[in-house]
Parts: sequence; structure tokens; C-alpha cells
Amino acid sequence: MMTTELAGSQVVIELVYLIASVLFILSLKWMSSPTTARHGIWAGEIGMLLAICGTLLHHGIVDYRLIAIALVLGTIIGVPLGRVAMTAVPQRTALSHAFGALCVTLVGSAEFYLRTPDISRFMMAVLSLEVILGGLTVTGSLMAAGKLQEILPQRPLTYKGQNLVNFVLLVGALVIAVSLVLHPEARVLFPFMILIALAFGVLLIIPIGGADMPTVISLLNGYAGLSAAAMGFVLDSKLLIIAGALDGSSGLILSIIMSKAMNRSFTNVLFGAFGQVQAAAAAGEEAKPVRSATPEEAAAILSAANRVIVVPGYGMAVAQAQHKVRELYDSLSKRGVDVRFAIHPVAGRMPGHMNVLLAEADIPYDRLIEMEEINGDFPQTDVALVIGANDVTNPAARSDASSPIYGMPILDVDKAHTVMVIKRSMNPGFAGIDNPLYYLDNTLMLFGDAKAFVGSIVRELSGGHG
Amino acid sequence: MNSSSTLINALFIFVLAGFIGFEVIRRVSPLLHTPLMSLTNALDAIAVVGAIVLVGEHKSTLSAVFGFIAVVAATSNIVGGFLITDRMLKMFKSSRPAAKPAAK
Repeated sequence: MMTTELAGSQVVIELVYLIASVLFILSLKWMSSPTTARHGIWAGEIGMLLAICGTLLHHGIVDYRLIAIALVLGTIIGVPLGRVAMTAVPQRTALSHAFGALCVTLVGSAEFYLRTPDISRFMMAVLSLEVILGGLTVTGSLMAAGKLQEILPQRPLTYKGQNLVNFVLLVGALVIAVSLVLHPEARVLFPFMILIALAFGVLLIIPIGGADMPTVISLLNGYAGLSAAAMGFVLDSKLLIIAGALDGSSGLILSIIMSKAMNRSFTNVLFGAFGQVQAAAAAGEEAKPVRSATPEEAAAILSAANRVIVVPGYGMAVAQAQHKVRELYDSLSKRGVDVRFAIHPVAGRMPGHMNVLLAEADIPYDRLIEMEEINGDFPQTDVALVIGANDVTNPAARSDASSPIYGMPILDVDKAHTVMVIKRSMNPGFAGIDNPLYYLDNTLMLFGDAKAFVGSIVRELSGGHG
Repeated sequence: MNSSSTLINALFIFVLAGFIGFEVIRRVSPLLHTPLMSLTNALDAIAVVGAIVLVGEHKSTLSAVFGFIAVVAATSNIVGGFLITDRMLKMFKSSRPAAKPAAK
């Protein structure tokens, strides 16, 4: 009697989980287009709610009070995290990777102490994988969030023998994992494995510069997913395996897209410490002549143009210039100028960063064009206006085999009739690489703060028109 | 405890779900990569179910404490993740149906 009842509730729970899994997949499927994307959220939310309610039916649960307190507390923390400014989305995302991995690592650790020493070898191996991946994602994501929030220096921090230290740590963690698989009763080893994973996460992210953040965030997203899937194996939860696999493949795909967009491999991003070398190389450059222009001149050129392509980059986000850019877009559109935005996959600090910022400023999404689609249009474009982007417009990536970014796909802004670059000064960009674009004959440098400069152009345009 | 058949089942599910994920996510517009990431983050917090059971079963103090923190962390991801994804998606507007009066 008792057993059939238990089996009954178990079946109900599993069916609820099945529905939740389907809803999760639909949720991602609907993200394929902005018109259906919001259905995706509903599907995800309903799936989540069903799964949590189903879990509460679990027959072993005796203490509901603590669960309720934890759920309320999590909600209290979650609401402000859902209300951060759009410019803070990259660090929020990194932080949430840390939270997700923290959950997985803690559950894995608790399961370890509950189950050992009676644990099968396979289970111990998966559990080790879960907590190692989880642990390094916790600290790695916190480091990434710290760099993005600029609590930590964004410049890559490198030291001699860095890769060796990382390698030794990783091997150390794996040796402990293998020992635990063979001798699960050696429980004293477990905390060391966690500590090494945590330390490895810190050291993995320290040498990575801000410009590589889109790849790193995607990679950490993938790790968080894989550790959750491993947790699904440990708990024998199909729902968790599915959700983890979905998240893992999402992180993997985004990492591949980001790496391709920088013409670099994963290992190169993780172990390359990009910015360091070129910063030294660029320091030796002598000042070459550039042509600059005032807001009035820029406004005159823009209003005479038929086709304008705006190329936004991280600098636009830093200067919070997106709303001024929208005013410029409105002002030019009113004059019949065709204004579009060229989005490089790694512009900004996370995949899709620029799209979100421009959408926030109410620029219609059909004006935001991907790199492959818009690159052929630059030769027929009167003005390419670069706002806070640098490396993604650097023609050296096409022509100069000695350039560190050689081979990276770029936006061909130099092919436009006139290029205007809004930039604070001639200092090399984030990666410290000099940009030959600035010295071209068809390039005009607009020196100043992006927000202020675009604001002055807009004022000129409205003044001149009235 | 865990027979090899449950393991094989789990592997099947993992691999097939990975394929579905790959095919579905490949089709997501690059326009929406940021909301995609915050959405998968919220979905990934389904790990909360494991944590809830840990807290609820209260098998040891350690497991209850770890489970408690885990539930808090995962719940904040669920709530925060869905909230911000929704906020972002609300912002994406097309110029065609949008009530932008023709400026002429």
C-alpha cells in the first residue's frame, strides 16, 4: 500500500518534470525571433513553477519551513538583480553564473558527505566533475564580474609560469578526484579538491582582458551548464540533465561564435593573455597626422549623406551615449537619411550587448544589422560613424599579417566614403593595438566624450534645420 | 545502487538533449544573444530542485545548510533571470508595426 502510493507520487513528479523539460525546450526555440521571444519566457516560467511545485511533492521532504524561507530570501535577492541597468547586464550575467555554479557545488558537496563511502566509482567520478567544474565557475565568474564592474583591473594580469601554475593546479584537482574515485572513504581529501577548483577559477580569469569577456562569459555559461548536467547524473534527475545540456550547448555555441569573431581558439583566449604584448608594442608608435573635425562639420557631413552606418562599441556603453545616439538616429531619419547600425559579434562585453543597449534606447531592432549582412554595404555608404568601437574596425586585421588581430573578421568601415570616429584621444584601444583606420585620408577623428559629442551633433542638426 | 542501465539512460538523455540544444540555439538570432544567456541562466537554476530536496529531507545539518544556501542562490537566479530577460525582450521593437508616425 505504502509503496504503491510512493510510486504514484513519484510518477506524478516525473510527469511534471517531463512537461517542464518540454516547456524549457520550447522556451529556447521561441527565442529564435524577437516576435516570439516573450512566449519563451512564459514557457520557461511555467516550466520552472511546475518543476518546483512537483519537487515539493517529493515524499522525503519533512521540513517545508526552511524551504519557504530560502525561496523567499532568494526572491528578495533576485528582484534587484533583475532590475539592474542595461549597461550592467554583463556583470549581472557573470554574477548569476557564479550563483548557479554555487548552487551546484554546494549540492554536490552535500551529496558527497551524505553518500560516501558507499558510492559507486562512476558516481564519484561524476560528482568530482560536478564540483570541480562548479567550483571553478564560481570563482571564475566572480572574477569576471569584478573585472566588468571595474572592482578589479580590466587589464590582463600576467606573471611568469602562469600556465604552469594553472596546469599543476588542474592536475592536482584531477589526482584528488581519481584518489576519491578509488578510495571514497578518504573524505579529508574532498575539501582540498574544492579549494583547488576555487583557486583555479581565480587564476584562470586573472590573465584575461576586458575585450575577451564575451568569450569568457560564454565559456563560463557552458561550464555552469555542464556542472548542472553532472549534478543531474548524480541525482538521477532527467530534468536537470536536460536543462544542463541545453545551457551547456548554449554556452558552447556562443563561445564558438565569439571565438570565431575574434579569429582565436578557446585555448588562445584562456591562455593567451591578449592585451599584454601589444600594449608594449604600441607604446613605441610616434604620433602620425590625423584629420579631425568639429561637431558642426560632422553635422554638416551627416546631414548631406544619404546612407549612414553607425558602428557602436564598448565605448558607447561606457559613455552611456546610447540615448544620444537614438536622438541622432531620429534627427537624421527625419531628414530622410537612411541610418543603420552595424553590430560586430564581439562589440561590447558579452554576446548581443550592443543590441540590448540600442534596443533600450528605442532603436528598432530591424535597424541593427549583423556584420556579415552589412559588410558588403560599406562601399555604397556615405558615412560610417564609429562610436566607441576600435579593434572591430581595424583594417590591419585584413592586411597586416604581423598584427595580433590579423585574420579577425572586422567591419569594413574604411570602405565607406567618409569615416568618422568618435574617440576620447589617440590612445590605443583596450587591447592596446594601434588602428591604421585613424590615419586614412577619408577618416575624420571626432575627439571628445561620445555622449557629449553626439549631443553636440544633434544640437547642430536641429539648429541648422530650424 | 545505480545500475548501469540508469547510467546509460542518463547518457542517452544528455546526448540527445545536447543535440536539441545545439539545433535550437543555433537558430537564435544574434540580436537576442544577451537575453538568451540570461534565459538559459534562469532555466539552469532548475538545479534548485536538487537543493530543495536536500533542505527538505534534512538528513544532516551540513546538507541542510548547504542546501539552504543553494536554494537561495538558485532562486535569485530564477527570479532575477526571468525578470531581466523579460525587461530586455520588452525593449526590442520593430520599426514596421511600431506607432512611429511617418516623419514627412
